[in-house]
Amino acid sequence: MELELKGITKRFGSLVANDGIDLVVAPGQVHALLGENGAGKSTLMNVLFGLLQPDNGEILIDHKKVTIHSPNDAIAAGIGMVHQHFMLVPVFTVAENVTLGHEETRPGGLLDRRKARADVRELSRRYGLEVDPDALVENLPVGIQQRVEIVKALVRNANVLILDEPTAVLTPAETQDLFRIIRELKAGGTSIIFISHKLKEVQAIADTISVLRRGKVVGQAAPTATEDQLAALMVGRDVQLVVSKDPAKPADVVLAVDGLTVTDETGRIWVNDLSFDVRGGEILGFAGVQGNGQTELCEALMGLRPIAAGQITLNSRDITHATPRRRLHSGIGYIPEDRQEDGLIGAFTVAENMVLDVYDRKPYASGIRLNLGAIEKNAAERIPEFDVRTTSADNPVGTLSGGNQQKVILARELGHEPKLLIASQPTRGLDVGSIEFVHKRIVAARDGGAAVMIVSAELDEIYALADRIAVMYEGRITGFRPPTVPVEELGKLMAGSTDAEAGAPGPPGPPPSQRAAAASGLRSDEGATREDTASKRPGGEEGEK
Amino acid sequence: MSEQVPHRPFWKKALFAVMEGNVVTVTVLAIFTAMVIGGLLTAFTNTAVLNAWGVFFSSPWHAINLAWDTAIGVYIELFEGSIFSPHTIAQLFQQASMSTALHDGYLSSVFTPISNTCLQATPLLLTGLAVALPYQAGLFNIGGESQWIGGAIVATYLGYGVSMPPGIHVIVCVLGGCVGGAVVGGAVGLLKATTGAHEVIVTIMLNYIMADFLAYLLSFHYLMQAPGVNPISPNIDSDSYLPHLFGPSLYVNVGFLISLAAAVFVWWLLTRTTTGFEFRAIGKNPSAARVAGVNVERNWVLVMVVAGGLAGLAAAAVIQGTDFQLTGTAYGTYGIDAITVALLGRGKPGGVVWAALLFGALYAGAPGMESITGTPGSIVDVLQALIVMFVAAPPLIRAVYRLRTTRAAGVSQVLSKGWNA
Amino acid sequence: MTTTATERELPVLLVEPPVSSFRRWLAPAAFLLFGLVDILVLGGYSHHGDAMFAFSAAGTKAGTLTLPARVTCYVCGGLTLALALVRAFVPMSVTLRRVAMGLVTFLFLVALLCWTDAGQAIPFYFTDLLQTTMITSIPIMLGALTGVVCSRSGIVNIGIEGQLLLGAFLAAIVTSGTGNLWLGLACGAIGGCLVGALLAVFSIAYGVDQVVLGVVLNTLILGLTDYMFDAVLSPHSTTLNSPNTFSAFKIPLLGDIPIIGPVFFNSNIFLYLTYIALFVVQVGLFATRWGLRTRAIGEHPTAADTVGIKVLAMRYRNVIVVGLLAGIGGAYLTIGSVGAFGEDMSSGFGYIALAAMIFGRYSPIGAISASLLFGFCFSLAQIMGSLNTPIQSNLLNMVPYVVTIVVLAGVVGKVRGPRAEGVPYVKA
Repeated sequence: MELELKGITKRFGSLVANDGIDLVVAPGQVHALLGENGAGKSTLMNVLFGLLQPDNGEILIDHKKVTIHSPNDAIAAGIGMVHQHFMLVPVFTVAENVTLGHEETRPGGLLDRRKARADVRELSRRYGLEVDPDALVENLPVGIQQRVEIVKALVRNANVLILDEPTAVLTPAETQDLFRIIRELKAGGTSIIFISHKLKEVQAIADTISVLRRGKVVGQAAPTATEDQLAALMVGRDVQLVVSKDPAKPADVVLAVDGLTVTDETGRIWVNDLSFDVRGGEILGFAGVQGNGQTELCEALMGLRPIAAGQITLNSRDITHATPRRRLHSGIGYIPEDRQEDGLIGAFTVAENMVLDVYDRKPYASGIRLNLGAIEKNAAERIPEFDVRTTSADNPVGTLSGGNQQKVILARELGHEPKLLIASQPTRGLDVGSIEFVHKRIVAARDGGAAVMIVSAELDEIYALADRIAVMYEGRITGFRPPTVPVEELGKLMAGSTDAEAGAPGPPGPPPSQRAAAASGLRSDEGATREDTASKRPGGEEGEK
Repeated sequence: MSEQVPHRPFWKKALFAVMEGNVVTVTVLAIFTAMVIGGLLTAFTNTAVLNAWGVFFSSPWHAINLAWDTAIGVYIELFEGSIFSPHTIAQLFQQASMSTALHDGYLSSVFTPISNTCLQATPLLLTGLAVALPYQAGLFNIGGESQWIGGAIVATYLGYGVSMPPGIHVIVCVLGGCVGGAVVGGAVGLLKATTGAHEVIVTIMLNYIMADFLAYLLSFHYLMQAPGVNPISPNIDSDSYLPHLFGPSLYVNVGFLISLAAAVFVWWLLTRTTTGFEFRAIGKNPSAARVAGVNVERNWVLVMVVAGGLAGLAAAAVIQGTDFQLTGTAYGTYGIDAITVALLGRGKPGGVVWAALLFGALYAGAPGMESITGTPGSIVDVLQALIVMFVAAPPLIRAVYRLRTTRAAGVSQVLSKGWNA
Repeated sequence: MTTTATERELPVLLVEPPVSSFRRWLAPAAFLLFGLVDILVLGGYSHHGDAMFAFSAAGTKAGTLTLPARVTCYVCGGLTLALALVRAFVPMSVTLRRVAMGLVTFLFLVALLCWTDAGQAIPFYFTDLLQTTMITSIPIMLGALTGVVCSRSGIVNIGIEGQLLLGAFLAAIVTSGTGNLWLGLACGAIGGCLVGALLAVFSIAYGVDQVVLGVVLNTLILGLTDYMFDAVLSPHSTTLNSPNTFSAFKIPLLGDIPIIGPVFFNSNIFLYLTYIALFVVQVGLFATRWGLRTRAIGEHPTAADTVGIKVLAMRYRNVIVVGLLAGIGGAYLTIGSVGAFGEDMSSGFGYIALAAMIFGRYSPIGAISASLLFGFCFSLAQIMGSLNTPIQSNLLNMVPYVVTIVVLAGVVGKVRGPRAEGVPYVKA
């Protein structure tokens, strides 16, 4: 089945998200859509899947025009979609999620659960996507949840499968497994639209690459194009592929964490006997797939989560039981993972957000009275200093773009020169310009003597920024490495092997244990891919997303 | 940055502003729509009107006129009872001389409606603030009634049970009322802070509990019942009465000033203090507030204590200003009215002042209206609820009146997100 | 093999979650308190004599149980204290803990009833207590079922109180005016749907905050019914406010079972309608396609949207249709019991229904059980009031509301509602 998009245009007010896009997906092909955040990839796919209606343009299947007004129409036309943020109901079972929307029923509207289960098993078998129909989705690891999403699309006989940033939540090894599945689907005649901002993956799996920038298709490329060429197309100018930074000059230990254990009310262990140090003047990067305790670690460090055991020391002062306010006042800056939910108050003005954690201290307040003048003055200084693009300091911060919002948070946290900066996913969802800015400021903070701790799911970012890398898996640190570490080794650490097994770079070490392999659902003979040849450049990874 | 806005004459700007559906327009239209519906309701539940419409085709104009008169009559009487009645001016000028006018109270009767409005508005303003303040912090305080009762109990007891020098007695009773309400409010805040129990259900339960508790207190002479069989309290000492503002014939008293001062206090608290900053932060985004170091639970308790105190002040204003004793039904509809006043005022202290005056006017005019037109005074409750419903949904008003842009904010999604812990 | 194998053998879930000392000692302390109350207050202050419990309807002599009041109180207290010790020092699983709590409550109730009836000439009619519980709970049960369906669909329905009130009003006025009970019942049901429609339209189409909207709707219905009562019902009370009421009828066979029969199977149509409603909602939510989709739109509406379910349309339909249950519950208040309509007839039942829904963990059976608990409190207070106990009637009236707060405080936070409850659905 050949899918063609002709002249698709979609506007949101004055913003043109898609501008006359033409795309052809040949049958049995993997067509990659490459572009940075905000280029319009997701919008285009939402149009294709019927979640949005285009202002102009048409969709043709096998040269015949089809109208897609809703996901039902798209599914009927043979288009299936696996969203970036899973569309699975956590409290339902796999079978319930798969059948939702086109349930197998007995007379009277009663659900036919047996048939639903059988359907799931049949598809699992056919495509090698092992899933248990009766498992509760919320208990499944992320990689398996993705398989459920794929089964959901396949059960409706999708001929074209859209995968939206599918590897964002996978370890390198799980990514290889996904590629295997993609190749099997290809062999069966299914076309795949693979959306990503990761150059290396796109090169590894795609048959054709279309590059999107600012809503337009700016070029088609073959997978043999170089990274530089692709990156230049993506961003439209020569991109600085490395973050230029001087070597670190680590000083004394600022943050010392000893035996930290964090559990939640159900007894689940999120952080398991973790110990590490961060020195002033160095950046410690925490790598690892999301969901391995990094979020809980940051929350525990900031006092937002109770600790079951362990000790946290800041410049030799024990802050294990200090309140969040005390920690902030002791000189910790925190950039939370979810800036809109935890980092900013959307309805408050830019100026108010810039003093969100210091409003009760001089000069912004004396006793209970707020000093509005000081708050205004602070905003007037910081807005140009941090290049925040806004028409007024009194605009609600919710009206700013993602990049500018992050700059407001940076202005706030870096503005009072913290001794320790904790940044969690600092450039998620930002455009390249903002990413460069954020990276520069983080490095500047480090050079100013601050201890910096970064948590990121983007390996490129870790490689670019970190002076030391710590890998987290299931609440433990599986190893510390310098930023020269090769990707497969890092990948193995991320998948649970510890120092003993991951070995040093060089000739292949002892094979990973069978248990580790089974646990993350991969097959260990998939080690040799194009990733190996491209990745042996330490520190020279591209610095943009 | 901004495009060059062509210079428009003032009247055009005003017209566009009105057409655009901003806050004032929507409010005025909401009130107007509510009045229309209220008028229809009044007319068509009136026996005479129904009879006239029964024979509509024989005398259609009569039917329509009667309906119109009935409906309009309600509003005219409400206006005359609450703002200003032309008869009083006429009577004033009919007096022989200025001194008779003053002496026999003709001058003051001109101002009686407004005085009554301010009098009725006093507890509404205070209890409305008691709902508006927590609303800014993301809490929905429906317990105005229970907090009012708490304050009333303390203020009344201090009024008759304790004797003090004249100037002090008033102040102590007022403060006591404040404390009584604050305790009940604080209990709600404490429950929410320690267990997460949602304040809507807890406050409503407390309303019933406190009402029963009050009835209990008024059933036993050794508790708070005055000698006799009625469930009422003894009268409070006359030296704890709140002084009148304009002489004995106009009932408005110092309580009104207290309520205005409270509105200013709440405004100052919310916009000029760190505490208010924290309240508003919690109201808009509790997670971000927590991450920024704000102690959310402590602020919940604090805001409910202040809110309860405001409701308690309302009780003191009523007990010491007009009732002078406590009965089992003294709390009336203050709890519900507080909510409607706060919502009409969009949760801001300034708005609450106007809303309290509007509803105070309705209550001031209702008794007179009922005795003159025969329409039950509870039509005022319907009007209140309708006004609030329309104000809470600007898109509806805009759709009905074909207004244009979307600058008016209704009752935004503040409260439902934290509904179940 | 390697160290990793052994490291990862320990299942991650076996750790006892850290509990603050407040929570640890709360239950044993509460048990201790109950035990002391049993012994010192109830036992100590009871009149001399025996308490008689009758287990069948008034009049018949069969099945009476006589207990020495004071001694029974002491025994109950002693057992409760023993339970307190066990709870404090013996680790118990969650089910056992709940059983212990249930036991303590049961013992307290036995002691309380003994104290109530001690030395009185009339026996305590146990069946009366149960019967009154069942019928008092009807509006709460139906309201809670309405709440469950609305919440599961993602809409917080605080307006149950208004639905009950309008249902009561319309049922009374229509039945009185037309003389037809069934028509009145139907109109009461429609009244519930009307309020549901207002809730749905204003919250979905006009984006009003659902909690505020519910309260405002309740205020509106209260004002409207009060006004109509003043303007129309009072002056014309013989024609418009004197409805008949449904009479009870016994289900053959089932109604003859001792004790259970008269309680469950000898009542008017409303109780039977409640049974049917419970069955329909329970089966519907968990075994039908409608139920799966409803739960989906309440948990993850975006996911439902992407598989083609019309989220908003379903929310409208569910909220409006399920309103008829609350309308029927309201109709019970007039044409199912006292007949005439009075001001504020629903007296907070709608809010208690919400508490019952939360306590029942948003499941139909749970909500019904919790509603029965609250109904039990009301009927107990009523019967104790009629038995001349030293506790003044106003204090007794407080009890159900206090219990609601206690239950809510203990249970909220541990009950997870549908994830998208109260959050308006906006197409991304």
